[in-house]
Amino acid sequence: MNPALNSGLNSAVNAGMAPVATPWFFYVLAGLAVASGLLVITRRNAVHSALALIVTLLAVTGLYLMLYAPFVAAVQIFVYAGGIMLLFLFVIMLVNIERSSKDRQFNRMWPVGLAAACALLALFVTAFAKGKALFPDRMISLPESSNTQQIAGMLYGEAGRMGEYTFAFEIASLLLLVAILGAVIMTKKKI
Amino acid sequence: MPNFIMSYLNSKDAITPGAAGSQFWALVYVFIIFTGVSVAVMAMNWLERKALAHFQIRLGPMRVGPHGLLQPIADAIKLMLKEDIIPAEADQFVFWVAPLIGLLAAFTVYTVIPFGPSQAVSDMNIGILFMLGVSSLGVLGIVVAGWASNSHYPLIGALRSSAQMVSYEVAMGLAVVSAILMTSLNATGTGTLSMIGIVQAQQQQGVWFIFKFFPLGLIAFGIFAIAMIAETNRAPFDMAEAESELTAGYHTEYSGLRWSLFMLAEYAAMIAVSSIAVALWLGGWMRPFPNLLNAPAWDFIFSLFPALTFFGLAAIATVGVVRMPAHSFFKIQRIGLAAFAALLGFIALLLLVIAVAGRSADGSVAARFREGIDYVYWFVFKVAIFMYLFIWYRATWPRYRFDQLMKIGWKVMLPISLVVLIMTAIVGVLVS
Repeated sequence: MNPALNSGLNSAVNAGMAPVATPWFFYVLAGLAVASGLLVITRRNAVHSALALIVTLLAVTGLYLMLYAPFVAAVQIFVYAGGIMLLFLFVIMLVNIERSSKDRQFNRMWPVGLAAACALLALFVTAFAKGKALFPDRMISLPESSNTQQIAGMLYGEAGRMGEYTFAFEIASLLLLVAILGAVIMTKKKI
Repeated sequence: MPNFIMSYLNSKDAITPGAAGSQFWALVYVFIIFTGVSVAVMAMNWLERKALAHFQIRLGPMRVGPHGLLQPIADAIKLMLKEDIIPAEADQFVFWVAPLIGLLAAFTVYTVIPFGPSQAVSDMNIGILFMLGVSSLGVLGIVVAGWASNSHYPLIGALRSSAQMVSYEVAMGLAVVSAILMTSLNATGTGTLSMIGIVQAQQQQGVWFIFKFFPLGLIAFGIFAIAMIAETNRAPFDMAEAESELTAGYHTEYSGLRWSLFMLAEYAAMIAVSSIAVALWLGGWMRPFPNLLNAPAWDFIFSLFPALTFFGLAAIATVGVVRMPAHSFFKIQRIGLAAFAALLGFIALLLLVIAVAGRSADGSVAARFREGIDYVYWFVFKVAIFMYLFIWYRATWPRYRFDQLMKIGWKVMLPISLVVLIMTAIVGVLVS
């Protein structure tokens, strides 16, 4: 972004504007994400589960915004809440809800899932307990207005030199292209 | 006055309340925008019925108020008093929540619409991405409504709508990217996704993006203008509610207030996508020729336009008063219309006074007020043209068949928008 274009915005950020992101917001969003995440696996109706999953994704979007990562938040809305969940709903709507609601909700693998979830929880608790040693001692406050540019700089490079992750990024895009071509070929009878 | 009110007003640089961190003024802006959009939707409702009627050589609403001016209010009261029916076999909760999803998505978008360089709730660094992303959530309301009704026509309407939206979002996104590419053609070579930044880039480069790299900008704009009709489910792409095939499509089972929420969401989304088109290609809040005719005299002449518009409306209303039949049946209507004309004239006078008082751009309160009114006027004027075009399309073109719609989306619009995107990039590199 041209600095001259958004001098007003930058000056407001530099002037130490009060962050709107308070702990209160975090607790509301995190609670929403956990509660709707529980609903996703406990609802018998698949469409209700999908709607709860959308709420979870939107709550996570709010958390991204709190972390001053607006680009990631927008992509989360765009790709997951807008695109993927729409396709989810599209498919689920065509499933016979009456029959699927009589099926057993949890299969025999649930202890394994529970164990994996507990292991992840243990990891988080450990990281939280040892937080002082693992993380920097103060919060790194990135200005919201330059965060997206920094992502772009790392991916595409800036000022004539290659970015830090340009190669990995291009490889990933090639992988996605192969996946797209595969989908096209699978649906096409005659090439 | 408390500090949290005055500190934003006293700040010298023109920034949005969101950027200034002023929650009070952000809330005020939200209320103003919400009220303005709701009133605009009512006005649009009336205009659509009248304009469609005149296209078809009918009169349209004539009974409620002079020339049916009070018809939207009568409709709103009727819809609120109607019985709220939830079908017995419907999914109660989802049926209840579906209209709200669409409405929330449609109104959330307004936080970043740039009515002026500081006349927006907030200026996000990712403005255009945010707008496209949130407005694409609106389809969830339609899909979920169609499913929850537990009925065949709504389900088919919902499926059609979701397929259509996913298809046209692709072409729309590519057209938007080509406009964003154009913002990077400045000295530093970095573009912006911020809505305000995009308009300011057009100001800096001295050209609306619709005319940039002619005809590339024009084609990208055309693709967006077509895709946005499909995105808002409007004729001739209103497959989701094709009444000849699907009764009323996804809102067949809805009645009363819930149905009106769907309509409100649809019209609010129409205004929102029109605002994207205006901000990206038509210079947003800028008056015509801001760089070419930049003498203070031209500033003053263009700042008279808001007042002139309202004088024109008052004149039309006055003609209506004069031409009203002399029969005593029409006495109350005549008085009402005369009062309406007087109100419009009063607003016009007020705007004229502001334009004259704030004619010197010296940063005084009157001058800033005048500038604000100018910005909002030109933005709303351009959006209003789009809103009229929506009506015009509906009156002119027959509805497409679903396979034709898909064919156009994937086989015509997508390749063209890809070519335009690549050409824009090439020309941009060659020029800079």
